[in-house]
Amino acid sequence: MIHLSRFAGKLIFGFTLAFLLQLGNGAFAQDGKALFSANCASCHSVTKKSTGPALAGVEDRWPDKKMLHAWIRNSQAVIKSGYPYAVNLYNEYKIAMNSFTSFSDADIDAILGYIKTEAAKKPEGPTNPDGPVAESDNSLLFGILTLVLAVVAFILLQVNSNLRKLADDKDGIPAQEPVPFWRNKTYIAFVAVILFLVGGFFTVKGAIGLGRTQNYEPKQPIFYSHKVHAGTNQINCLYCHGNAQESKQATIPSVNVCMNCHMSINEYTGKDKLFNAEGEEVNGTAEIQKLYKYAGFTPGQPWDASKATPIEWTRIHNLPDHVYFNHSQHVAAGKVQCQTCHGEINKMDEVKQFADLSMGWCINCHRTTQVQFKDNGYYSIYEKYHENLKNGKFDSTKGITVEMIGGTECQKCHY
Amino acid sequence: MEQKKYWQSFGELNDSEAYQQSGKDEFQEQLPFEADNKGLMEAVTPRRDFLKYLGFSTAAAAVAASCEIPVKKAIPFANKPEDIVPGVANYYATTYVQDGDVLSVLARVRDGRPIKIEGNDLSPIYKGCTTARAEASVLDLYDTARLRFPTVNGKEVTFDAADKAVAAALGNVGAAPVVILTTSIVSPTTKEVIAQFLAKYPGSRHVTYDAVSYSGLLLANEATYGKRAIPSYRFDNAKVIASIGADFLATWLSPAEFAKQYAPNRRIDEKNPQMSKHFQFESVLSSTGASADERFLCRPSEWGAIAVALLGAINGQGVSGIADKKLAEGIEKTAKELAANKGQSLVVCASNDVNVQIVVNAINEALQAGGKTIDWTATINNRQGIDTEFAALVEDMNAGKVGALLIHGANPAYSWFAADKFKSGLAKVNATISFSAKEDETTSGCKIVIPDHHFLESWGDAEPKTGYFSLIQPTIYPLFKTRQWQDSLLKWSGATTDYLGFVKQYWIGKLGSESAWDKALQDGVINPAAEAPLTAGAFNAGAVAGAVSAVSSAKKGGKVELVLYQKVGIGEGQGASNPFLQELPDPITRAVWDNYLIISPAKARTLLDIDLNNNGQADKYETVPAKKVVKVTVNGKSIELPTLIIPGTHPDTVGIALGYGRSEKVGKAAKNVGKNAFILAALKGNTVDFTASDVTLELTKETYEVALTQTHNRYDTAQGNRTEVVKEITLAAFKHDPEEIRREREAELKPFGGIENYEKEGTIYPVYERPGIKWGMSIDLNACTGCGACVVACNVENNIPVVGKNEAMRYHDMHWLRIDRYYSGDMDNPNVVFQPMMCQHCDNAPCENVCPVAATNHSSEGLNQMTYNRCIGTRYCANNCPYKVRRFNWADYTGADSFPDNQRGEVDDVVLNMNDDLTRMVLNPDVTVRSRGVIEKCSFCVQRLQDAKLKAKKAGRPMKDADLDVACKSACPSDCFTFGNVNDKESDIYKARTQNPNRIFYALEQIHVMPNVSYLAKVRNSDEPAHNGGQHHAAPAAEPAHHG
Repeated sequence: MIHLSRFAGKLIFGFTLAFLLQLGNGAFAQDGKALFSANCASCHSVTKKSTGPALAGVEDRWPDKKMLHAWIRNSQAVIKSGYPYAVNLYNEYKIAMNSFTSFSDADIDAILGYIKTEAAKKPEGPTNPDGPVAESDNSLLFGILTLVLAVVAFILLQVNSNLRKLADDKDGIPAQEPVPFWRNKTYIAFVAVILFLVGGFFTVKGAIGLGRTQNYEPKQPIFYSHKVHAGTNQINCLYCHGNAQESKQATIPSVNVCMNCHMSINEYTGKDKLFNAEGEEVNGTAEIQKLYKYAGFTPGQPWDASKATPIEWTRIHNLPDHVYFNHSQHVAAGKVQCQTCHGEINKMDEVKQFADLSMGWCINCHRTTQVQFKDNGYYSIYEKYHENLKNGKFDSTKGITVEMIGGTECQKCHY
Repeated sequence: MEQKKYWQSFGELNDSEAYQQSGKDEFQEQLPFEADNKGLMEAVTPRRDFLKYLGFSTAAAAVAASCEIPVKKAIPFANKPEDIVPGVANYYATTYVQDGDVLSVLARVRDGRPIKIEGNDLSPIYKGCTTARAEASVLDLYDTARLRFPTVNGKEVTFDAADKAVAAALGNVGAAPVVILTTSIVSPTTKEVIAQFLAKYPGSRHVTYDAVSYSGLLLANEATYGKRAIPSYRFDNAKVIASIGADFLATWLSPAEFAKQYAPNRRIDEKNPQMSKHFQFESVLSSTGASADERFLCRPSEWGAIAVALLGAINGQGVSGIADKKLAEGIEKTAKELAANKGQSLVVCASNDVNVQIVVNAINEALQAGGKTIDWTATINNRQGIDTEFAALVEDMNAGKVGALLIHGANPAYSWFAADKFKSGLAKVNATISFSAKEDETTSGCKIVIPDHHFLESWGDAEPKTGYFSLIQPTIYPLFKTRQWQDSLLKWSGATTDYLGFVKQYWIGKLGSESAWDKALQDGVINPAAEAPLTAGAFNAGAVAGAVSAVSSAKKGGKVELVLYQKVGIGEGQGASNPFLQELPDPITRAVWDNYLIISPAKARTLLDIDLNNNGQADKYETVPAKKVVKVTVNGKSIELPTLIIPGTHPDTVGIALGYGRSEKVGKAAKNVGKNAFILAALKGNTVDFTASDVTLELTKETYEVALTQTHNRYDTAQGNRTEVVKEITLAAFKHDPEEIRREREAELKPFGGIENYEKEGTIYPVYERPGIKWGMSIDLNACTGCGACVVACNVENNIPVVGKNEAMRYHDMHWLRIDRYYSGDMDNPNVVFQPMMCQHCDNAPCENVCPVAATNHSSEGLNQMTYNRCIGTRYCANNCPYKVRRFNWADYTGADSFPDNQRGEVDDVVLNMNDDLTRMVLNPDVTVRSRGVIEKCSFCVQRLQDAKLKAKKAGRPMKDADLDVACKSACPSDCFTFGNVNDKESDIYKARTQNPNRIFYALEQIHVMPNVSYLAKVRNSDEPAHNGGQHHAAPAAEPAHHG
């Protein structure tokens, strides 16, 4: 019987731990989407006609899939070849499409696949933009379960002790004075241990979290909506944050980049109303006027760029000084999507910090993310790894992760 | 055969008590925990103290934790310039110019701030190298002592007001001439600007003044070649080099250029071992002398006699006029070698005596050096000053015959031997205008000061050698209200264009088009289309006989003589205000932050009563910083300086470095540092003599503390057993038995599997794979001249703090890269080996095993990584490092702690000054600024390695040598570093290791730490027999060399 109670104790402890160690996790990895937003989105929308045609159903429209691939790679060549569909298309829009000679068939299929799923998703146009997405967090369920089990265990222990007392009575062993459970040393010790563990967990978690600013969403000098720009209007992230491909800093675009478009776009005419973090409605046109103030621009008159003054944005993502982070490493070499670290920025009005930017978060990603092992010539020097991949010593579905080439070593980020 | 003994300190030579003790203690002091120097547990109230510290730290943590996270701003450009990407460095070609010294460089500009100087590979003269001074010059840009606005009579004025004041002053001069006083001007456009100005003021003149002048050489050339110029010396064409006192690898004339020429002939191809032969006659050990194959001691008064004797011997008349037998033999030997290599030999001399230089010219003529090792096509323009012209100016000033004096660069109030006379003359000049960027000694006496830009803020050009041009372009907007002095001159001469317009017009005129000018500006240099053939000068031997007799009849030296020399960092005093240069250890003495009197061990016995062969006395001298002070008197002028005993000094000669004792107004670094030795020079004949032949030394009762770093990093090898660290062999021995060093290694490693299997069989640890990249460095000890360019480059690149003299004295120097100096052989004239020593990135690193928090560990690329934020400062790693290359931040040198200014009073002012917002602009943003209490060390410039890899990844190709350059390697004028990926069979490092199987060695190889830094043994081209090996076999072993 004593064994049983020990077992029950362990069980409860185990459940408690399981509850405590519950961690939420989320990942984004959608190749086609990435390629689409990086390369196509500045001229095409899936559902709307913009610079180029809406792409929903594009595969059905093209008579020959091969020609579609050729068109995407180099549209001019296809037009020159006199392919009738291509010529018609060009005559309709009169704008030559950029060529993407570096795309592989797989790339293009991924993009087309994405377009297909996206088109199927939104049969009746833009829908349900807002509304909190229900998070599938099972913590509560586990908590209730743990509590129920704890109560059951407690009752069982009580029953056990009563039964033992009965058995003892039967055997004629003199019964001891019954100790009420709140004075039972075992229980007291048990509760103390639980309290210590729970308290310790939260203290340590709090201490580790010092200086971290997940979900930080400061008020910015201009209510700039990423949702409107990157979401609704599908502007490629790199159009404004182009430095992310070249530099360690992605950088906030300068005023002249804003003015590239806003010289002509001087009012907000979007269907969706804009709301700030407090839920108050924001007048988009008034925000554009704020930009004009910084730019020193009066609509209708020529703009003198030298009159512009910089905008003092509040910095959201802050890394400590002893961390070296390079955007171009991740964006250009690693081909990581912006959303992987910044969340679904195309759905945020004002930007908030998506990840906690902790070292554990970085490391976890480095452990699981594959490098562009086969596509990037840099990795050709890892001859042994290539061999191992070929002869099956390495799991080719897992590929070569960042960790395997030393991506979790200290001096990859700290120097 | 007896092993040769290598020693860094006298204690090591004698195996003294203090030396043995130093091997036991990594750190020379206890933690300053309690005033009584006891540990915490031995304190009077350990428990209470413990609780106090606990309570304080808890409270501090709580306070720190409750602080709100500060709101940071991110402010982008209003209009982003197209070619600037925040976070990515731009390189601009420009030119380092300081008082005639020129170096074509690239300035690395990060987010608008120049932060590092690199060499410009396109320059055929300097070929991409830098010097210690050029590397450090970027800090001068951010010097807090820079003048920030123009002044008239000490009051701030606008440029307009200053111009008006100048116009008024110049209008008042009447018939008295206007004089422009400058250091050597190498810029062709500046010369034109000066000419324009002088044309406006008839009767005015331009006087060139060099603090350490080469008048003797210039005048001698005028006498023998009819040209007042200095030809190009071509050390690259010289098989035999003899130098009489000239420190041409560190300070003489154009050292970077010469080192670049000299080094290739010193490197060895193992299959066909050949190298140049270098003889050095000198009085005080210089780094050039240390690199020489054979070195002979002489008095400075004998320089002329040596030249005459050499000339005689080369002409077959034998050596005469030399009393010292060793010296005479040396001259004979040198003459023999020189004469045997006519057309491939060269003699240079440091003397500023016209007659001596005429004799040297005659020697070079006799050696048929003209057109071969001496080139008159491209003359060196670095030094143009003639002492008599300046002396005449001083006379005129004192006689009231100068109406206005415009001074740029020149600082005679400090560096003229009769500074008082110059100052009194300056006071008599009506209009004195200084363009100095700082309030130096001369500027203090000037009425109008219009500070010049730093060279990194300037436009301009330079012609270091005739036909070879280097352009200057600004890399940052001027920080202060300063103006280029050429702009001022142009304005005052009534020109309508500014200097930029002037330079541009001049060059567009020469180059033909604006696009050619743009291209030239981008390249930074304009070179002749093809190198002009070398030409000899037309030699006029008329002056030689007179010179020989003048030299022969010159007064013999007195009992003690003096040499005034320059240090590679401080130079003529330009480096004195730069903390990086003050903290650069002298290559020989390894002292920082001071000048001192250098005496020989023999002199020490008589003068200081210190016998270095006596253990107790050597320890007493060596283990404390306090050195005895000696009063040096020359011609009635005297200074008192501490003495250092330096082997290799002539017994009857003492040496003092110039450039110290400057006004503290030029920078906090110059405050109370050393004494001005320029006052001991004198005008002899028509040139200034930087030697003195009759000196009185007088021991005082005082002592003075000197910070010496030579004994700081003691390895734990058995006494004198330095062959484990430095390997040296003579060329003769190497030719005779090339495999000696390899065999020695093989014998040593035999019990552990020999060289091939040593890594695997010498340990119980597993051997790890390095699948992609494995970094490695190879250092050729043959090429290193100890110039220190790498050390300063490392400091600037890696944000290494300056610690100041007091901290350096306490063994707290922070340099990641040091150049160890080893003596061997005769104490009176030892051989010297320089060995750059930094973290060896051991694959089996002892430091990693002992770190309790894994703050130092190994990367898959072979780097020994140091993670500052994990480090808790136990210093176990430093204790366990066999090479003593780990550095501990004893104080908050960089101001990285949360509490600003907490070190006031704890560290020197100059260290605090490095934390000024202005000075901190020099910091490299890619490298963490370390705070107190953590260990740091060489990282192989990991930020550059990461950058190189990223560059290759972005381009989608394997990384190549061309992608990367570590700071020490890119700075080195003699290319002694090779760095790269050992796994890449195309890489230089792979080749360096595989092509030198007989010279390669690893320091302390036998302890199986598997360093990733390999060295190539020093080969000295002397006839001395081999002395390196333990077992010396008569012939090479039968076993064939296994090239692995």
